Amino acid sequence: MIQTKNLVKELVDKHGCSRNNLLPILQGVVADENYLTEKAMVEVAKALDLSSAEVYGTASFYSYLFTKPVGKNVIRVCKTISCKMSGKQKIVQAIEKLLKIKMGETTRDKQFTLIESNCLGWCHKGPVMLVNDDVYSEITPEKAIDIIRDLDPKHLTDF
Amino acid sequence: MGYKGLKKVDIIFDCANCEPLEVLKKALAMTPDQIIEQIISSGLRGRGGAGFPTGLKWKLAKAEKSDVKYVICNADEGEPGTFKDREILDVVPSKVLVGMAICAYAIGAKEGFVYLRNEYNFLLKDLNPLIEKFNKNIQNLGLDFTIKMFSGSGAYICGEESALFESMEGKRGEPRNKPPYPTKIGYNGKPTVINNVETLVYCTMIIRIGVEPFKKLGTSDSRGSKVFSISGDTTKAGIYELELGIGVDEFVKEFGNGDTKAVQIGGASGFCVPRKDFKNKIIGFEGVPTGGSMMIFNSSRSMYNVLKDYLEFFAEESCGQCTPCRVGTQQLLKGIEAIKRGEKPSSYLNQLLKLTETMKVASKCGLGQSVQNSFSSIVNNFREEMIY
Amino acid sequence: MSIINLTIDNKKVSIEKGQTILDAAKKVNVRIPTLCHHEDLCVAGNCRVCVVEVEGSKTLSASCAVPAEDGMVVKTNTPKVRNARKDIVALLVSEHNTQCTTCYRSMNCELQALSAEYNIDNNRYLSVLKPNIEIDRSSWSIEKDDSKCVRCQRCVRTCAELQHVNALTVSGKGKDMKISTFMDLPLNEAICTNCGQCVIHCPTGALTERRYFDRVWEAIGNEKKHVVINTAPSVRVAIGEMLGYPVGSRVTGKMVTSLKRLGVDSVLDTDFSADLTIVEEGYELLQRLRKALVENDTSIKLPMITSCSPGWVKFIEHIFPEHLGHLSTCKSPQQMFGALSKTYYAEKKGIDPKDIVSISIMPCAAKKFEANRPEMNDSGYRDIDAGLTTRELGHMINQAGLNFAELEDSEFDSIMGESTGAGAIFGATGGVMEAALRTAYELVTGRDVPFDNLNILPVRGMEGIKEAAIKLENCLPDWSFLEGVELKVAVAHGLINARKIMDQVAAGKSPYHFIEVMACPGGCIGGGGQPIPTNDEIRKKRAEAIYEEDMNMPVRKSHKNPEIIKIYKEFLKEPLGEVSHRLLHTSYKKRNHY
Ligand SMILES: Cc1cc2nc3c(=O)[nH]c(=O)nc-3n(C[C@H](O)[C@H](O)[C@H](O)COP(=O)(O)O)c2cc1C
Ligand code: SF4
Ligand code: SF4
Ligand code: SF4
Ligand code: SF4
Ligand code: FES
Ligand code: FES
Repeated sequence: MIQTKNLVKELVDKHGCSRNNLLPILQGVVADENYLTEKAMVEVAKALDLSSAEVYGTASFYSYLFTKPVGKNVIRVCKTISCKMSGKQKIVQAIEKLLKIKMGETTRDKQFTLIESNCLGWCHKGPVMLVNDDVYSEITPEKAIDIIRDLDPKHLTDF
Repeated sequence: MGYKGLKKVDIIFDCANCEPLEVLKKALAMTPDQIIEQIISSGLRGRGGAGFPTGLKWKLAKAEKSDVKYVICNADEGEPGTFKDREILDVVPSKVLVGMAICAYAIGAKEGFVYLRNEYNFLLKDLNPLIEKFNKNIQNLGLDFTIKMFSGSGAYICGEESALFESMEGKRGEPRNKPPYPTKIGYNGKPTVINNVETLVYCTMIIRIGVEPFKKLGTSDSRGSKVFSISGDTTKAGIYELELGIGVDEFVKEFGNGDTKAVQIGGASGFCVPRKDFKNKIIGFEGVPTGGSMMIFNSSRSMYNVLKDYLEFFAEESCGQCTPCRVGTQQLLKGIEAIKRGEKPSSYLNQLLKLTETMKVASKCGLGQSVQNSFSSIVNNFREEMIY
Repeated sequence: MSIINLTIDNKKVSIEKGQTILDAAKKVNVRIPTLCHHEDLCVAGNCRVCVVEVEGSKTLSASCAVPAEDGMVVKTNTPKVRNARKDIVALLVSEHNTQCTTCYRSMNCELQALSAEYNIDNNRYLSVLKPNIEIDRSSWSIEKDDSKCVRCQRCVRTCAELQHVNALTVSGKGKDMKISTFMDLPLNEAICTNCGQCVIHCPTGALTERRYFDRVWEAIGNEKKHVVINTAPSVRVAIGEMLGYPVGSRVTGKMVTSLKRLGVDSVLDTDFSADLTIVEEGYELLQRLRKALVENDTSIKLPMITSCSPGWVKFIEHIFPEHLGHLSTCKSPQQMFGALSKTYYAEKKGIDPKDIVSISIMPCAAKKFEANRPEMNDSGYRDIDAGLTTRELGHMINQAGLNFAELEDSEFDSIMGESTGAGAIFGATGGVMEAALRTAYELVTGRDVPFDNLNILPVRGMEGIKEAAIKLENCLPDWSFLEGVELKVAVAHGLINARKIMDQVAAGKSPYHFIEVMACPGGCIGGGGQPIPTNDEIRKKRAEAIYEEDMNMPVRKSHKNPEIIKIYKEFLKEPLGEVSHRLLHTSYKKRNHY
């Protein structure tokens, strides 16, 4: 709780306290806490003199500003046509099997969330996935598994 | 229609000709009006999709009396099948920044932003230090202009200029009513020039190489060249700079793999050109316009699946504020699914086609207005595939 | 301002630059249908129902949003326009829970009217209504049914622009876009003030007041129960609108008769308790002034601010919880009435208070919440058993099959049915202030307020914040400490103006002694429980009717109300006395700000 408060304060000090700074601040909270907790949104509302509903309404417009819990690592697989044609479904299946979750879900240990995304801007090198800020193009099911393993080897052997 | 031969061009990524600061110096030696005049006479039109004459946009912004004006580089690139802005920002970012600085000098802006889609945040590692250095350099050249980065938060509609402003103002990315246009009331209510990444690089290069080398490319309506993002059923997927005004058939000959049934030009908001039309369509503002997305489909592909994919995209990415688009996109998607399942007669397609007409004339912004492009061009050309 | 000329449907029109095509069309009596547009609110341009053809433009233009231009040629009824409009309404219907037969807003719904006008075929499109939408009935005041929502955002704009509360927002995007509270919490957990302004600005049945008339019918039908009803001052100038009368009609006598015909045992007047509020509040103000000015008691908070608007009270509890000390401790007239109905009234009538059902008819949605505040049981029972809106009363009259226009006039019952013009003007912004000044000035100086006909014009009218000052001279000996004091007052209506007033108070820079705040624009005549539509023009007409009501009263000062004099003599003994404190005053609680 105190942590969230300090985090928001830091972000507000860094970016400023006008409404124009709302998105950078929310991005900062997500970078640190993975998603926007109620507490964090209320703190941001206070700092920017907005209502909490305004903060929530704005955040919920954007697919990178989660207002519901997600895991530490967010895996986004492109689902748009070029990637579909180059076999994104196999990638999804491999990840689902590896992490034992379905599309849209989060692993029990809160390490991974798997979601689909619209075109990621690498269509010539599909299938493509984005893990947090990092892009992986021309992936195969094997490559996808390696990438995820590398992120958290311990987690996956524990499973 | 006289076709131009398919010519690969090297302006955007040409590095022999890119000593960016030299170009800026050259621009600063000109008067703002001379710069604007030069851009106007080049015939350059926006490369972000809408194709508004760039020089005219600058001229309108310059004419506004305001202490505060902005230059914004639209790097929200979200149109399915487009990835050229990413490449440009990755390979020749300085040219983009110079383009912004030239614009700022021309219209009298002191602040600029690059609105970068969240998915391209990995570029920030290099862009941030570059911008920092660039800002110092231009101050040294005596130009009072500062560029900042603004990261998007994931919403295709924020590529629409007024939604982009809303988003930068910390709000939901809902497009505004127009008029007023951005050159009058843009970001923070101030006159703003917003240009696509690629447009800005052409501005830099027009100052660099002069109007003629640019103008001699393309057609009278579509001057110059353009960067294309090519994907789908092709062995040559990637980024190519081509002359505007080329025929679709030439394009297919070069990039298709022999079995091309259709090309989707301009992404989900663009048009589908079927094989029978390859010969009589050209790529350019007077023919099939495109922001750069070229998706190639072979005979084995189901155009129903392609259309469904686009409609899902629109139903999710519509901002949702206006009725024709919010409900229309859902109706189109549900409608083609119902026809496919046999729950609606094939004649229902006609009803849906009429609906896209309503969306085109009555939607608030370009998203809803352009859904008809892909819908009608796919449905009219591949009707059987929609039904069976 | 420059004037521009254009043509609309071949009619020439001149209009000020900056006005919209819709404004211009109105000028030449061309009606363009609208949905997201509302006179009280800023332009949204999102429903697209108002599209028209502008010569030279490929797309249609939303007439509510596009400024008229010189030389424009506009056509509002071409095939292209009609087709688009019809399609748009059909789309709205396709995402709608089209159950008009069971809808509270049926016959008073803008979507229903449009759908009828364009003869919409419900089968043109598939239904895209979201499944499993649950109606939010968590609040005492407001009911939210997203299945009836057309996403015009009028409610969001209302809560932001008129009230500056921002309890409502738009969430999600595309097909998932909806109207929501913070985290989609139930309304009773949101910072909602229950003012009901979103309800009267909603074009459909998506936002409505919680209805309690079935409880009232039940009580009326129960032989053992004695039902007393009090009707607020602004109801009598608005209820006519529900029953076929033009806006601004005063139908007090018929309203009383109709209530009697419904089977209510005693029809009484909230104006009576409004008069009582004035006396208590007037004394409270004078007492605060004495403590502050004479005794230098620094714990006394000035300015004192009125507390009769429960939407306002909840607002200050949420937004300015540190400044609750400024609120008068007087209960609202409704709650004073409730507490007395089960004590004084019961005693006088010899009725066991447990058998009394006390109902109020209010212009207000927040009164429902107020009646259910846990502490509002000072009589030993729930002081008010149900608070109904003007609209609910209209429905009850219709349900009873009464022909309202044919009813004779009758008088309020007694006791607690007698009132004054001062009580009546409570219903309009500035009315409480005017009534209070009429009483306080006379108490202090022994003379009438120095305004023509007692009409204190500076505090009347629709300006957001109004100010007045009265110099107190030749004071009576008891009040000599006020000699020469210039009493400064302010009046705010609409919570956005209340916030401005409070920002000043919070900064310690408020120059006033006494402030009246009403949550709703225009005061109660524009309340969240009033007939729909309500807009500026309508509010003005209702206010005029209220002031006529005042002018027609034999007594126009609260403290001169014979029943008020009597209740002090027989029951309360003295203003701010022990009984008053127990029954007529209350306290407030801090609530979360966000
Ligand atoms: C739905 C929608 C999405 C858009 N996305 C982009 C985009 O990602 N990048 C872009 O440059 N322009 C985009 N545009 C066009 C912009 O609104 C605007 O016209 C453009 O940035 C102007 O720059 P230009 O004149 O250089 O093309 C989009 C328009 C619409 C309607
Ligand atoms: S057309 Fe679509 S994206 Fe554009 S404003 Fe309307 S709902 Fe939003
Ligand atoms: S909101 Fe209107 S259209 Fe909808 S069910 Fe109610 S009356 Fe009918
Ligand atoms: S009742 Fe008033 S405060 Fe509550 S949501 Fe509606 S307008 Fe806002
Ligand atoms: S709740 Fe009513 S006012 Fe609000 S968006 Fe829905 S229909 Fe419009
Ligand atoms: S379609 Fe997958 S990255 Fe563009
Ligand atoms: S009334 Fe004009 S767009 Fe809704």
